[in-house]
Amino acid sequence: MLLRHTTKEVKEREGLTINPAKTCQPIGAMYAALGVHGCLPHSHGSQGCCAYHRSTLTRHYKEPVMSATSSFTEGASVFGGQANLLQAIDTIFSVYDPDVIAVHSTCLSETIGDDLQQITKKALDDGKIPEGKRVIYASTPSFVGSHVTGYANMLAGIAEQFAKSTGEKKDQINIVAGWMEPSDMREIKRIAKEMGVRIVLFPDTSDVLDAPQTGKHEFYPKGGTTIEALESTGDSKSSIALGCMSGEPGAIALDKKCKVPFQTEDIPIGLSATDRFIMSLSKAAGVEVPDEITAERGRLVDVMTDMEQYLYGKKVALFGDPDQLIPLTEFVLDLNMKPTHIVSGTPGQRFEKRMKEILKDAPYANFKNGLGADMFLMHQWIKNEPVDLLIGNTYGKYIARDEDIPFVRFGFPILDRIGHSYFPNVGYSGALRLVEKILGVFLDRQDRDAPEEKFELVM
Amino acid sequence: MEKIGILEGRQRQIYEKKGEETAFDITCETTSLSGSVSQRACVFCGSRVVLYPVADALHVVHGPIGCAAYTWDIRGAVSSGPELHRLSFSTDLKEMDVIYGGEKKLYLSLLELIERYQPKAAFIYSTCIIGLIGDDIDAVCKKVSQEKGIPVLPVHSEGFKGTKKDGYKAACDSLMKLVGTGSTEGIGKYSINILGEFNLAGEAWIIRSYYEQMGIEVVSTMTGDGRVDDIRRSHGASLNIVQCSGSMVRLAKQMEEKYSIPCLRVSYFGIEDMSKALYDVARHFSDNPAIMEAAKKLVSREVGKLYPQLQQFRRELAGKKVAIYVGGAFKAFSLIKALASVDMKVVLAGSQTGNKDDYNSLKEMCDEGTVIVDDSNPVELSKFVLEKEADLLIGGVKERPIAYKLGIGFCDHNHERKIPLAGFEGMYNFIREVYNSVMSPVWQFAPRKGGLSS
Ligand code: SF4
Ligand code: SF4
Repeated sequence: MLLRHTTKEVKEREGLTINPAKTCQPIGAMYAALGVHGCLPHSHGSQGCCAYHRSTLTRHYKEPVMSATSSFTEGASVFGGQANLLQAIDTIFSVYDPDVIAVHSTCLSETIGDDLQQITKKALDDGKIPEGKRVIYASTPSFVGSHVTGYANMLAGIAEQFAKSTGEKKDQINIVAGWMEPSDMREIKRIAKEMGVRIVLFPDTSDVLDAPQTGKHEFYPKGGTTIEALESTGDSKSSIALGCMSGEPGAIALDKKCKVPFQTEDIPIGLSATDRFIMSLSKAAGVEVPDEITAERGRLVDVMTDMEQYLYGKKVALFGDPDQLIPLTEFVLDLNMKPTHIVSGTPGQRFEKRMKEILKDAPYANFKNGLGADMFLMHQWIKNEPVDLLIGNTYGKYIARDEDIPFVRFGFPILDRIGHSYFPNVGYSGALRLVEKILGVFLDRQDRDAPEEKFELVM
Repeated sequence: MEKIGILEGRQRQIYEKKGEETAFDITCETTSLSGSVSQRACVFCGSRVVLYPVADALHVVHGPIGCAAYTWDIRGAVSSGPELHRLSFSTDLKEMDVIYGGEKKLYLSLLELIERYQPKAAFIYSTCIIGLIGDDIDAVCKKVSQEKGIPVLPVHSEGFKGTKKDGYKAACDSLMKLVGTGSTEGIGKYSINILGEFNLAGEAWIIRSYYEQMGIEVVSTMTGDGRVDDIRRSHGASLNIVQCSGSMVRLAKQMEEKYSIPCLRVSYFGIEDMSKALYDVARHFSDNPAIMEAAKKLVSREVGKLYPQLQQFRRELAGKKVAIYVGGAFKAFSLIKALASVDMKVVLAGSQTGNKDDYNSLKEMCDEGTVIVDDSNPVELSKFVLEKEADLLIGGVKERPIAYKLGIGFCDHNHERKIPLAGFEGMYNFIREVYNSVMSPVWQFAPRKGGLSS
């Protein structure tokens, strides 16, 4: 089998990554930018990066993903990419006619030192940006951070470059979405509506990357946060950022520019994190939690109690992005399971700090992020201490198969299944779906492995 | 769609066949215009694609993490043995490495990996950033090679230094360093190498078995279920069979120069081209008539099986229109012929990497009214699909959802396919896939072709 080469013995490695549990910044920036209405992401670098990022997002969403590229050649990498970007802005507005171009850098343009701020300013001064149109940018060098960092950087760029304060406060709350799926963003909007809270959610990839079949290829689908809504974020009462690494930088940028106070919550995955999100939202907006939301919670708790006999003590290995792993690990504990190995490729001290808090009563848990935290390490850990369940993105399937472990797909990217863009993981209903999925793989496994005489109708 | 026209500066990369007066040479082999939504990839991508199937070699991407992450098991190039090629190794360059250079990191990584995996050889890909910071990967490779006693081959594939095609060249240059380093003892006279066949979904196995049935020895399949030792002795073969327009021609030419091994260019798609690929080889070995006998027998057996099956599909597919947008133009030729065998009509033929000759051939092959494009983008593709009322789009990963959004069928003829499309059984698979996609009942629920027809 594919990973039979994995050895049990764990050794420190010197800066070598085997089977990465992360990818690079620009793809995150591209994803965040797609959550702005009428926006065409633009990759400032050579064609290859852009092609890879588009392919991966296309595979994850099964949707056309558009992004332009500066198409660097040798010349650009010697003389700088300013001419390419200026030409690109020209081409894009005249041919693709977006409302917004969201430029992100790549390793290459970062290394040659292209200054996106200065180049976009020049484009503006040269009259290359038509009236009412916008060009925003974010610096996303891949030799720092990961795709999560790129998402956060673009989000901060969106906040900083759009928000305006008119001095008149609006009765609305900003929700700065950490990395989540279109389905999750839709669910956040539904919850807010249910609670009667006016929100501005950004970015918002619902109705962009889960667009209906219409017989047409819409270059700019109807979803995405509009320029108008983005501008109004500066006048909102406050912001709630979801996710300390992917969401918070956007809220900080808003606070800096327009003095919109913010608080940061975990992405509402699982019971406890959703509780905290609902309470924050209710407090920030000064509204009561409506009965329907309480009932949703009740249904989740009901299932958790009904099913606890199948869950307790089960060992779980999790990998993925920090802002998702934090609440997910907490939920695993709430379900009385044992988070045993946790790996995130994305570096960051916030992750370590939060993990330590969450895992204070679970001293058995291994966790690692950043340097050396890759799928190879995860596999080695599992070999040393086997688990009952693996949760993570598509790349986990190799380990799951090699070690014969039930596997629940969660996170980014998921290239070989659908559902992530249509059914939410956040909120109480998202948590319910997670429980269903976890139970499904456990019980399927039990059915599969049961000896003839123990194979039963009722579980 | 009304608003969006053809990209300025791209007019000469698009040609619509309308009698003689509009004839002009398609501009090609250029880099895409800055600001276009190009479907193209980079040099690194080209090298990785070609070398990927060498299954018992180590493939290490020297650069920041993304380049390696995106090429982790990205293609279903299957192996009958080792699967080292499907893992992802990266030096994961960080800011400090970019400033101070990543040579040491590469060196240490290589030692560690060679120790752990005992590979037969190692390919070290340099990505854009390496080209900029100027790591001397040649020196590192040489040093590791001396210390570890295996070939450690640099692949100069900095993304910005050209197009995917330049990546093919870089890959060929690396392979060429392996060729000729093994013993050719025991290789017979009727022997070939199969080049440019990537063994997606096991296609190389099909092709290999055809040749073996003809009594021909296959020394190396190089780029499909490839093995280092086979490549090292591949200069002992009498003939190189090269599939696909671009990727391996250079290697074949180099082997011709250095080892006087002639080469034949073939395609394995469609009845006509597949049969020709077998006959051409048999003709080359005309001093052994048994080979031609065997080829004839094989072809008649396979075609006999296939023909009645195709007739059934033809009844419904005849007259349906197809848009083709693939990597290499050579593949487009085969597809046009293959589709003609069920009377389907090609209305758009495009490629990412065609050259002038390719496009001239395309012009000759296609009917009046067919649009021929180089390095297209999604806007143009949608535009032509709707204008020409295509029923099917043949393309790769980024084209699939576009086809479905437009409410038309799709067939992947790139590297995402899970079924073999080469050879005679591949032809059956291909047409069956086309049939099922075009005729799927799902289309009755969808507004087809932008609402143009139901
Ligand atoms: S960095 Fe260069 S080599 Fe890597 S994917 Fe991008 S264009 Fe290709
Ligand atoms: S890591 Fe850098 S060079 Fe590689 S794909 Fe990502 S942005 Fe491009």
